[in-house]
Amino acid sequence: MTTNPFDADRPPERTRRRGNGGGGGGGGRNGGKRRDESIMVPDVSFDSYYGRHIVKPAPWEKEVAAYLFLGGIAAGSALLGAGGAARGYPALQRAGRIGAVAGAALGGAALAKDLGKPSRALNMMRTVKLTSPMSVGSWILTAFGSFAGAALVSEVARPVIERRSRGARSGGAVALVAKALKLADGPATVGSAFFAPPLAAYTAVLLADTATPTWHESYRELPFVFVSSANLAASGLALVTVPTRENGPARKLAAVSALAELVAFERMQDKLGPTLSEPLRTGKAGRLLKASRALTVGGALGAVALGGNRVTAALSGAALMAASVCTRFGVFEAGMVSAIDPKYTVEPQRERLEKRRAAGVVDDSITTAR
Amino acid sequence: MGFWRNQLSGPTDPAADAAWETSEPRKGFFTDTSICIGCKACEVACKEWNGVPEDGLDLLSQSYDNTGALGASTWRHVAFVEQTSDRIEQARESGRKLVSLGMPSVRSGDEPALAGGGGTATATLTDTLTDNPVPDVRWLMASDVCKHCTHAACLDVCPTGALFRTEFGTVVVQDDVCNGCGYCVAACPFGVIERRSGNEGHEKGPQSHGISIKGAGGAGDTAKGSHQNQPAHASSNGEVKNVGIAQKCTLCYDRLGAGQTPACAQACPTTSIKFGDLDEMRATARARVAQLHELGYPEARLYGVDEHDGVGGTGSTFLLLDEPEVYGLPPDPRVTTADLPDMFRKAGYAGLTMLAMAAAAFVGRRK
Repeated sequence: MTTNPFDADRPPERTRRRGNGGGGGGGGRNGGKRRDESIMVPDVSFDSYYGRHIVKPAPWEKEVAAYLFLGGIAAGSALLGAGGAARGYPALQRAGRIGAVAGAALGGAALAKDLGKPSRALNMMRTVKLTSPMSVGSWILTAFGSFAGAALVSEVARPVIERRSRGARSGGAVALVAKALKLADGPATVGSAFFAPPLAAYTAVLLADTATPTWHESYRELPFVFVSSANLAASGLALVTVPTRENGPARKLAAVSALAELVAFERMQDKLGPTLSEPLRTGKAGRLLKASRALTVGGALGAVALGGNRVTAALSGAALMAASVCTRFGVFEAGMVSAIDPKYTVEPQRERLEKRRAAGVVDDSITTAR
Repeated sequence: MGFWRNQLSGPTDPAADAAWETSEPRKGFFTDTSICIGCKACEVACKEWNGVPEDGLDLLSQSYDNTGALGASTWRHVAFVEQTSDRIEQARESGRKLVSLGMPSVRSGDEPALAGGGGTATATLTDTLTDNPVPDVRWLMASDVCKHCTHAACLDVCPTGALFRTEFGTVVVQDDVCNGCGYCVAACPFGVIERRSGNEGHEKGPQSHGISIKGAGGAGDTAKGSHQNQPAHASSNGEVKNVGIAQKCTLCYDRLGAGQTPACAQACPTTSIKFGDLDEMRATARARVAQLHELGYPEARLYGVDEHDGVGGTGSTFLLLDEPEVYGLPPDPRVTTADLPDMFRKAGYAGLTMLAMAAAAFVGRRK
């Protein structure tokens, strides 16, 4: 190292911080002149433009993460409600129908609130676009909401009307409405059960069909994580709201979907590889997802072993719903982190590019020498 | 089948795919960064012509770049990168490697080109060239813009149909249709399009200045619980329109319709930004990179010219002097919707699994 008379006037050396603003690989190497000279080896192996993100994170707030949960619990509840209707669990049927409508309504409101122009929320219905999971999802949510709403109307109105029609003439308007509701009940239940799986699964496509690295690259397993989480949340809700003599299906569903979710999630992390799964394992998302796993295991064990008791069943149910919330917020947050740090964009892309070049495929790169 | 095959990826004519009957030649830019002088006339001209609001008067300590990145209110962005000789040597090395890969400009038949194939001839060609001496420092300047991809993810995922493909093959947002869902923002593999933040009317509220999140060097971490841009400044003097709506370069759709050149290309004093028919732009780009290689600048390379790449080729092509990520461009972007059929398939299986799980829960004896 050379010295000169001006060395005394140099500003103090900056302490080294990984990933600070101008840092990343780019700031470190590109703006190298005024850098701390004690750093001889750059600490990141990729280049970036002043550490800035390349892809932009989705401009979505917590409402969208909340919707992932609400849509899921609505879908799972509709299935439990339909099953209850088919197999004769009246309390489960009622709880499922209420859960389906409440979840869908709150979820829809959360989505509308997150729009840049909430007054134009109905523009979602302007077109049907198969290349846009959000358009497809809007129609799924609409159809699901209509059927679930009809089922709930039937659920609430039928006993009232039937009681009243008993006293009235058989050909009267009240009796007609009662008859219509009775007829509509079946199709409404089937319709809501038919649109429930798409409602729970499409949100995974919604996240995966973006340039957000961790979301996109997890597209093969994310739908399985999300539908399991939806079932888990719905079984949790049923455990809280349904008396123990009718919570058998919910307890079974909790066990099955907890297992499915744990397996799907592990598989997803494996497939993502060490770099892209990092956002799922570290930071706030990592903590949320760790909590989710603990709550899933605890809630499912509680539901199976202690589901016969009203209090422990409700506690297990609450744990399962909390697990679902943590899963959704964790995956949401992990995607944001992966979009914000250019490492997750550049490194996997470099890697796949080099892999293709090594395999002899040289004509599909965006960078060309001629 | 031929029509459907390349609807989500691969080479195609996007305007024809969008069912335009009038066949205008596809328009595009060629931004030759080797002759960019960083005057930012393109940024200014773009703002003036398109009425794009001010988006922050900050010093970002990123060389002469105080604009940050492309965003809702930055449709042209000039990047500045300062490099010393070791980085320049690295750029040359990666450029030489790229040349020796022997990338064919035209795909010969359908057989995959092999690295060993055309590579040897070009390698000997470059060996005979004498490279220029490596300077001590260099200053890279590059005017970035929306790529107007052949397969535009923003357009594909837009749920309202607010984004559309013009007869010139470009991608434009309809301000009066967009409801600000923000899906395009997350979908763009280049991070170009963004939702405009701030308050409608007079510019007083927080404005996006395209930096956001991890932000400027020295400015510290601005992400505090929110992923939204939270710029600090409020003072300004213009009108803000289209708040909450996704915004990006339109390739001056209004000017194209009148047979005019886009404002940035018109304003560029060094012809670094060239505008014209895309075929012509690609030919110009290829001629220019060959010329630079001949003059002894192996670091020169093209970006977006190959229609076999992950986005089917871009409407805005670039000549770069280093790896794309140095300029903040993705090294191997891929339109996310290319995988969409597979995504829906997987989601379908997942849906059936969900149904099966629920059905299984009701199997067995009723208590």
